[in-house]
Order: sequence, then structure tokens, then C-alpha cells
Amino acid sequence: MKLLKLVPADTNIKFLKLRVPFFIISLLLIVASWAAVFTQGLNYGVDFAGGQEVQITFEQLDQAPIADLRRSVARLGYGAPVVQEFGAPNVVSIRVPLPAEAEATPGAATEIGNEVIALIQGQYSDIRTDGNNTVSGKVASEFRTDAVIALALAMLGVAMYIWIRFEWQFGVGALFALFHDVSLTLGLFAVFQLEFSLQIIAAILAIIGYSLNDTIVVYDRVRENLKKFRKMPLPELLDLSVNETLARTVMTSLTLLVALLPLLLFGPASLFGLVLAITVGLFVGTYSSVYLAAPILIWLGVTSDSFVPQESEADRQEKIARGEIEGGKA
Amino acid sequence: MLDFPLWKKIMLWVVTLTAVIMALPSLFGAGGVDWPDALPEPSVNLGLDLAGGSHLLLEAEADEVAAQRLQNMEEAVRQAMRNAEPRIRIGDISTSEGKLSFMLNEASDIDRARGLLEPMMQGQDLVREWDLSVIDGQRMVLTPTQSGIETAVNDAMESATEVVRRRIDELGTREPTIIRQGDTRIVVQVPGLDDPEALKELLGQTAQLEFKLVDQNALPSNVQAGIAPPGSQIFPYADGTDFEGQSIAVRRLGGIRGDRLTGAQAGVDPQTNENVVTIQFDVQGGTRFCSLTQQNVNKPFAIILDEEVLSAPNINEPICGGSAQISGSFTADSSNNLAISLRSGALPVPLTVIEERTVSAELGADSIQRGLLAMLIGSIAVIVLMIATYGRFGVYATIALVFNVLMLLGIMAFANSTLTLPGIAGFVLTIGAAVDANVLINERIREERKRGRRVIAAVENGYKEASRAIYDANITNFISACLLGFFGSGPIRGFAVVLIIGLFTSVFTALPLTRMWVAGWLRKNRPNDINV
Repeated sequence: MKLLKLVPADTNIKFLKLRVPFFIISLLLIVASWAAVFTQGLNYGVDFAGGQEVQITFEQLDQAPIADLRRSVARLGYGAPVVQEFGAPNVVSIRVPLPAEAEATPGAATEIGNEVIALIQGQYSDIRTDGNNTVSGKVASEFRTDAVIALALAMLGVAMYIWIRFEWQFGVGALFALFHDVSLTLGLFAVFQLEFSLQIIAAILAIIGYSLNDTIVVYDRVRENLKKFRKMPLPELLDLSVNETLARTVMTSLTLLVALLPLLLFGPASLFGLVLAITVGLFVGTYSSVYLAAPILIWLGVTSDSFVPQESEADRQEKIARGEIEGGKA
Repeated sequence: MLDFPLWKKIMLWVVTLTAVIMALPSLFGAGGVDWPDALPEPSVNLGLDLAGGSHLLLEAEADEVAAQRLQNMEEAVRQAMRNAEPRIRIGDISTSEGKLSFMLNEASDIDRARGLLEPMMQGQDLVREWDLSVIDGQRMVLTPTQSGIETAVNDAMESATEVVRRRIDELGTREPTIIRQGDTRIVVQVPGLDDPEALKELLGQTAQLEFKLVDQNALPSNVQAGIAPPGSQIFPYADGTDFEGQSIAVRRLGGIRGDRLTGAQAGVDPQTNENVVTIQFDVQGGTRFCSLTQQNVNKPFAIILDEEVLSAPNINEPICGGSAQISGSFTADSSNNLAISLRSGALPVPLTVIEERTVSAELGADSIQRGLLAMLIGSIAVIVLMIATYGRFGVYATIALVFNVLMLLGIMAFANSTLTLPGIAGFVLTIGAAVDANVLINERIREERKRGRRVIAAVENGYKEASRAIYDANITNFISACLLGFFGSGPIRGFAVVLIIGLFTSVFTALPLTRMWVAGWLRKNRPNDINV
């Protein structure tokens, strides 16, 4: 049987030749992402914004009447509602801010939710109420703080691990690549004003875990080659390492993509944001492990010597043990 | 590498099959299949977002607990000084800034007062709950200690959780989950409950029942203006009562509290046809209620629930049977609610709903269906890709993948963890990522073969060299998944649980299991070349 080879056996792509332009593009994208986050703001869902949210599926319509809903819910007088598609064209989430006094009154928030549902039920008979969520301002702000802490800790934690397992340059490289991935995902959500919820934080944390897989595979090979080819210039060595691991990088990303796509296309509407963020993170993460995590090692000055001290220490111990017998290495 | 001792094989199979067997009830049990008793019962729980239901996060104001404690202390101090022989006269008693202070009329009483107060300031286990200081030889100040407040809040939350549990049990809903969270919060999850209104109403009630004598000397105009005569306090009438919007002054002291109840039932008064709640006191409460009513025949007393007056009937005759009737413009529902609340005891501290999520059962069923469909398509796609790319080695990876999913499900069932909607995404992510390890190994084997290594050496090296990256990658995944579990709540935690268990099962199935199969095949056939 002839097996499928997605990546030719011997690739020799000069990835690193383009490292400067790509690095600049990435830097610009990071800046643009944060600019978008700060100017446009993230479209917080009920988790982070607080308030009262109802989720409604229009069973007969293909397309939810969003503009109409926005108008009629606004007439209830709770301020401007946020009405948006929720994973599928006929599913909407409607969020109304809670009046200040409603936070202290039990039941007031749900009553507002019921009022919204009743209003829509009056206009469209074929709706299904999927959910009715209230998040107080206090809890929402806690969620925001927790999310920032979790993201920061996750990035630092894995970077520390890589620093311990490899060298500090690798840790910095991984951290930078992660920062890039997280920034771009946030930027995407800011630019397209996709609903940003707890699920998206979960997705980003999953991205942090999985986008690092590719980086680790490349780094592992770089370390191996550094020991093997001590005289090879670093850019060449990195190109070699990336090329050698290209088949794995492509395959691992592809299997994940192949599993995620059906979930994106046919999965539950309420998982759309989560899966979308992971899918985007998958692409960004694969790119960053090749174009950011690897070249950064050049600028941070990784040399074969980075791994020699460990080696020579072990060697010396061995030499002493063997009574100064030279154990040369190829 | 090819050496797989029998004990190792047996162990691997025992672990794998045990986990798989634990998955079976979850796979088939839900369909109503009769499950043999000998096999393990637990199956994976469905989270509220899949089963439908309501999630409430309740919070208690810790300050409220501290304030109540201060009030109780004030009461206790007054009582102790009054009961002292001879009586210690005090004045200017006040609670402000979280402290209780009062003046002794006679400075010479100071040592006796101190002697009386000292035992009241020590909590259980000799924890000092209050500090006592004396200013100018005559003013005593009681300050709660931090540990005292903490103990009080903790006790209050513990009993509040218990009261919440009792109240929800009374509703007869199935399998509610009630968990204390953090210092001052309680999570309530009720599967299958689409409309949490009744629940919230029930939990919103502190059910602090009090009977206090109406202060008949109070000037009505003062009362409506909110000015209480000395020794009295003002309460508003509850909504829906005949005097809604008005207030009434009652005597601070000499009343009785509803914490001595042994029972409460909703019913209808046959004479007035009104909805009423009948309550029963314990012996001590009954005696006190009897003497209270005996001494105050023909005077009105107010029935106060959660600082709102339900009614203020006249005491027509002493009530000494140990039971009494509460009326106050109830509906059938509200009287039933009150009865439940009274039966389950008063909440030591009011709870507010700070987060509420309701998911309809239809959406949950819909989500499961679509999630399973996506999982199925995704798995098939991954399997096709793996077999097309790696041939026989892809088949091993595929079998490992199937075992991985079953083991993941089995361990979740065994650990009684909850499968949530993001958890389904976690399954899919695990399916996509679980083959990563085999991809790494197989690519490495290809490489080693290309370099001219013999089959067995190539396979051996493939496993050895790839393992390093596999472990590193999984450990970093583990770090971020743990943070996800730690910071995430509810459904998100479900996602983290699946990711974490999935990491372990996928490493287990991708490394030792496939290695055992590959080794078995290599040893049997001794191929000169492998198609990988």
C-alpha cells in the first residue's frame, strides 16, 4: 500500500531567510491586536460584562431578526441591549444591562429576562428559550480578574518549564510565541467583535497548551542538532531542525484540525466561539513555532555551548571516573 | 524494546480493560439497559449545560454575620448584667464601628462585670473571640477578634448550606448539588429545573420568625415617620398584607423567636378560609409562648418574618398547646413556601443570588446530539488520515485512540466527574491531540529508517527519541489545563477535567500500548522492511 506523504521526505525550505520580515509582521500584528483590544474593546459576554442574558433559538426562521429584536427590546427601557448571533444564524443571545438596584433585589434580574422572553414570544411564536443567565457585576469582575491571572500564570508556568528543560533562551522564545498567539486571538475577537466569554478564556488556555506542542517538537530537535552539529551556523541549524520536524508539525496540526472542523461546522451552537478560538489558535500557534520561537533563538544568542556545559560537566565526571580517559564525541 | 515481559503485558491490559469496563455503564446505561449488578454502577454525570437545569450562586454578606453577632452580644451583655446578683447597672450601650461599648453606672462594679464577661468572650477550643478593654475605668469596649469573626462566618455558612439543602430537598427536585464555595458562597445546581423562580423565592427567605409585642404607646405619626419610642423598634408590613406600606412599632425585648420550632404546615383556616401556616414549638418554646400570651391577653402582638410584619393579631386567650397559627394574606404557594422555610430552619444569614444560569433541557439534548455527531465525524477523519499516512502503524494508533476515548470515559465515570458541553470539546481536542504522540513516533521511525537504521533499531529509536518531546508537550499541557481547572467554574472546569484525564490516557495508550502491539508484531514477523 502506498502511504500518504503530505510533506515530501526531504524538504529544504529556507524558513529562516524570511525571519526578519515575518518577525516585523508578527510584531505589527501584536501591536495591532492590542490596539484593537484597547480601542474597540472586547465584546464581553454576560460572564464578563454582568447583566441579564437570554438565549433564544428561532425554530422556523433561518435567520434571527436581530435588528428587529434590538429595537423591540430597547423599548423595554433597560438601556441598549446587546443582540447577537450565537453560533448559528437562527440562535441569538440578548443581553440587557441590569439597573443598579436590580443587583440587590433577588429575582429582579430574572424578571427582566422573563420580560424579554415574553416580549419576543409575543412577536414570534416559534421560539425556544435555551437559557436565562444572570451574572452580577461583582461576579463578572471576579471572572475578569481570574481570567487575566489564569492566562498570565499559564504563560509564565509553561515558559518556566521550558526554561528548566531547555535553556532560558528557549523559555523566552516560547513565552514570546505564546504571547503572540494569545494577542492575536484576542485581537481577532476585538476586531470582529465576537462574543468574548469564559469559554474563550478556556480556549486560549487550551491554545497555550497545544500551540506549545509544535514549539517543543522544534526545540527538541534544535537541542538535539546543537549537540550533533556543533560547528553549524545557527540559522542553518534552525532551518534544518524546522525542516526535519516539518512533517510532524504539519501532521499534528492537521489531525487536530480534522477533529475540530466537524465540531465547528456541525457542533452545538454554544461551542462555536470556543472551537473557533482553538482553531484560529492552532494556525497561529503553528506559524509562531516556526517563525517566532525558532528565529528568536538566533537573536538571543543560543550557541552549541548552551548545552555544552551540561555535557562537559557530565563528561568531566565520567573522565574522572574513568581516570582521565578521553571520551571524544563526534 | 521488543522484550515485553508477560507481567507487563498483563498489567497493561488489566489497566486498559478496567478503565474500559468502567466506561460501559455510561455508554449503555443511559439507554435503560439492565445493567448486571456485579459491574460498577457509576456512569458519567451530565453537566447542567447538557442535562438542562439551573445553577445558582448564592452569596452571604460576611458583614451581616458580624453585625448580627454584635447584636446578639449586646443582648447577652444586657441579660448578664441584669441577672447579676446584685444587678449591675449599665447605660449608654451602643454598637458602632463593629464594637460594642457600654458604661458602668458604678465604677466599683468593674471587676464583677469583667468576671461575668470573661467567659462569654471565649469560643470553642479556647479561641478568643472577643477582646475586652476598659476606658477611663468605667467604659467597657468589646471588640470582636479576627478569628472570632471568621469562626462565626464559617459556622453561619455551614448551617446556611445545611438549611439550603433541607429546603431544596423539600421541593422534591431530583439530585440537587449543594456545595459551599469559598468563604461566603454556596453553589446550588438542580438538574432538570427549567424555572428556578420557586427555588429562588424559597432560598431568598431567611425565615427568621419572631413574635413581638406591639408598642401601644407609640404615636402613630412618629411610627410612620420612622421614629421609634425608647425600647421599641419599627418594622414595615410585608407586601401583600392589609397594611402594606405602613409600619408598626414593637417592643424590642420580651418577644420570642421562631428558632424553637419543631414543625410547620401550610393549611387553610376553616373559619376564615384563609391560607395559614400552623407551627409547633418545642417544650421550652411552647412554655415561653404560653407565658407570653398569658401575660398579654387582649394586647396585640406582631408576627414578624425577616423583619417584615405579616400580621399583628390580638391575643384573645393564652395559647398553651405548643402550637400556633400564623396568618397574613398568604397565597397557597406562599404559605407552603413559608412552611418549608420554617421547617428547614432560619438561614443564619441572608443569601443573595449573584449568578444564575438556566439551560433548557431541549438545548442540552440538542448539544449532546450535535456534539456526538461532530465527535464521530472528527474521529473517522482522524482515523482515515492516520491509516492513510502510517499504514499498519496508523492502525495501531487508531486502536489506541479508541481505547483512549473509552478509558477517558471510564475514568471520568469512576471519578464521578461531570461531562459538560465544553467537556465534549475537550473530548474532540483529545481525539485530535491523542494521535500527536503516535505522529511524533511514526515520523521519527520514518526518519530513522531513512538514515539507514534496521527496522527494529528504527522503531526502538523512534519510541525513545519521540518520548522526550511527548512528555515535555504533555507536561506543558498539564500545566495550563490545571490552571484552567483551578480558575474555571462549572462547565469550564469540566473542560479542564477532560483535558487532564485525556493527557494521561493518551500518553498511556499512545506509548506503552502501541509499543506492546508493535513489539508483538515485529517479533512474530521479523520484517526486513516496514511501510511507515
